[in-house]
Amino acid sequence: MDRTGHTTLAEWSTADRDSVEAAVAAFREELDRGSIAVVAEREGEATHVRELPVDAELVIMRRPIAGG
Amino acid sequence: MDARSLERRGRLWTLTTVAHVVPFVAVAGLLVALQPLAFPAALVALAEAWIIPELYAHRGGNVARGGRRTTAAAEGRGLGLLADLVDHDARELLARTGLVMEGGRLGVWLVSEAGALLVRPGGRRVFCFCVRPADADLPCADRIAHLLLALRSDEGGFATVANLAFSGARWRLRRRLPGPMRPALDAAAAAAR
Repeated sequence: MDRTGHTTLAEWSTADRDSVEAAVAAFREELDRGSIAVVAEREGEATHVRELPVDAELVIMRRPIAGG
Repeated sequence: MDARSLERRGRLWTLTTVAHVVPFVAVAGLLVALQPLAFPAALVALAEAWIIPELYAHRGGNVARGGRRTTAAAEGRGLGLLADLVDHDARELLARTGLVMEGGRLGVWLVSEAGALLVRPGGRRVFCFCVRPADADLPCADRIAHLLLALRSDEGGFATVANLAFSGARWRLRRRLPGPMRPALDAAAAAAR
């Protein structure tokens, strides 16, 4: 999520090895920039992940939060 | 943060408020007891005793107020993503009030652009947390989505990182919320009962 209302960083398919590698590279780059990766799940749950879960439908990179 | 530490913070908050209010009430009583003609000064002291908790509640209400908008396109895209994260009822409440309702272990949350309100089980006590994403230039809906995802992935951590702006009676906070947001607080209280 960013100032444009979110940007698609990568799309991948488990059948396409190159797309997975590109997605993993984009994922790590975002983590290095300080983003936090979250997999949104059903029933109001979200899981913080540190490796790209290639079987996930959507992984959201969010910025850290801080007390105001 | 867990429910016990949250209760402890709530009690401490109440104790602090009482410590602010009681001296003014005592002064008012003492003034009238010593010199009945000093009742105007006693009234001023009582007004102070009333105003202090109201100011705290106002600070709590500020966490629900919106911030500046970005471009319409960015706001629309952000809103689309946020709508994907919540169910139909929450979407409808968001459209009416600007707040997203989310159930958690600690109670029922109302997430806004600049923080979150937590209605504790029973619906009588509310905690107001001031918290925001590190990037202040995000679209409004994205700010809510950031906070919502942070809350969902670690509720205790969310409450720990956030600054407590107010803890107290729901009725006191309700009067300090913008009118359109009050139904969200009512809905959260109903869900927390």
